[in-house]
Amino acid sequence: MTSIGTGYDLSNSIFSPDGRNFQVEYAAKAVENAGTSIGIKCEDGIVFATEKLVSSKLLVSGANKRIQTIDRHIGVVSSGLVPDGRHIVNRGRQESKSYKGIFKQPISIPQIASRLGNYVQVYTTANSVRPFGISTIVGGHDSQGYHLYMIEPSGVYWGYQGIAVGKGRQSAKSELEKLKLPGIKVKDAIKEAAKIIYTAHEDFKDKDFELEMSWISEEFTNGRHEFVPEDLLAEAKKYAEEDEDEDDEDDEDDEDEEMAE
Amino acid sequence: MNGVSVDINHLKKGEVNLGTSIMAVTFKDGVILGADSRTTTGAYIANRVTDKLTQVYDKIWCCRSGSAADTQAITDIVRSYLTYQVGSDNFERPASVNVAASIFQELCYNNKDNLTAGIICAGYDEEKQQGEVYSIPIGGSIHKQDFAIAGSGSGFIYGYCNENFRKNMTRDETVNFIRKSLGQAIKWDGSSGGVIRMIVLTKAGIERLIFYPEETYLVPKEFEIPQAA
Repeated sequence: MTSIGTGYDLSNSIFSPDGRNFQVEYAAKAVENAGTSIGIKCEDGIVFATEKLVSSKLLVSGANKRIQTIDRHIGVVSSGLVPDGRHIVNRGRQESKSYKGIFKQPISIPQIASRLGNYVQVYTTANSVRPFGISTIVGGHDSQGYHLYMIEPSGVYWGYQGIAVGKGRQSAKSELEKLKLPGIKVKDAIKEAAKIIYTAHEDFKDKDFELEMSWISEEFTNGRHEFVPEDLLAEAKKYAEEDEDEDDEDDEDDEDEEMAE
Repeated sequence: MNGVSVDINHLKKGEVNLGTSIMAVTFKDGVILGADSRTTTGAYIANRVTDKLTQVYDKIWCCRSGSAADTQAITDIVRSYLTYQVGSDNFERPASVNVAASIFQELCYNNKDNLTAGIICAGYDEEKQQGEVYSIPIGGSIHKQDFAIAGSGSGFIYGYCNENFRKNMTRDETVNFIRKSLGQAIKWDGSSGGVIRMIVLTKAGIERLIFYPEETYLVPKEFEIPQAA
């Protein structure tokens, strides 16, 4: 980064002469060094999965969840600074409640994505604050079907069929592309998601992690956002671990992709 | 005010009142709203051709009764909320009657101590492809109905409407039902009068109708007192 030392990267909301906001770019770096999270839009639902890095053996396993719920029909997972992820969900819950208070119906997914995107954008425009150090995957079910969005630290948000954020995003994204989304069933997607997170963990080989997964499906969860039940999670982990052993020889290919970045 | 009962006679001195007969009826193809046209300030008729049928959004309309100022203000706010909601969806989906009525209800309930507003919100729901009627009386409750009557004149026609309403009537049957009902309401209620206005809301579009006193509720010829020669 040749621009370091020019002074334009010290303050939020100040453009550099070539039109960049460095604080926002640094926030994106915080995401790039965090555990991988993915979201998959399926024919019949949404699946979230995250690689929760465990920083201490003393932490209670299975607790300290990273996938969160904004409303019964909206799930969220974010990679980056954990408290920022909690804050944005808090805001999402306020927005959802306010929408329901006025319109007496659950907020739609495009609407909540838009409101959160706008909220994040505001934090790139003021000197007194810093941008969010997270990329947030928001997905859910509403009267128009299933939706999946990802919000970046800049506030930009796009709709996706499948998306990965965090350190292992490159390999995860190329795996997602192979799935031919959204032509996949949630039950299969759970297995694939587990496999993708296990593959993405190659980038954090030295650290312990827990696989956390949730889903939304009209058929299996009644359109609500819920954690994947124990038996399905165990099955998915088994599938991922089996596959990991086979993939050991393919490791070199993965590294090639990493270089292409 | 004790918070339980609501004082409906608390209009300020000189306030414009819609002592009214209004109704909305669902039928085979949609919904028809009807209203008289009298606006009073005390005993004085401030307007004898008032339009109490107000558009909220495309095919969502409302019949207003109570304070003219309050109901106009509420309608403006509901319109702005709906425009926001549909606009934030890139105008891809139409506003729903249910949402419009819910906003009316929320405003009427939260401000019940300061409002005199009895509203019937009715419209043609483009997604459900049917007419819907919601009654939001003073106090801010909400009632989904096949048809609704409200205003001071409605008290005279509860029996008539209950006996004569049928589900899935044709357009002409419904127009006649409303014409006869409101005719009676106007006849017996001193605060209702003037012409009968109607709005027909169907998949095909929006149609306005007007009926003059002599063709609706004036005393039929055979009952008129003969003129002295």
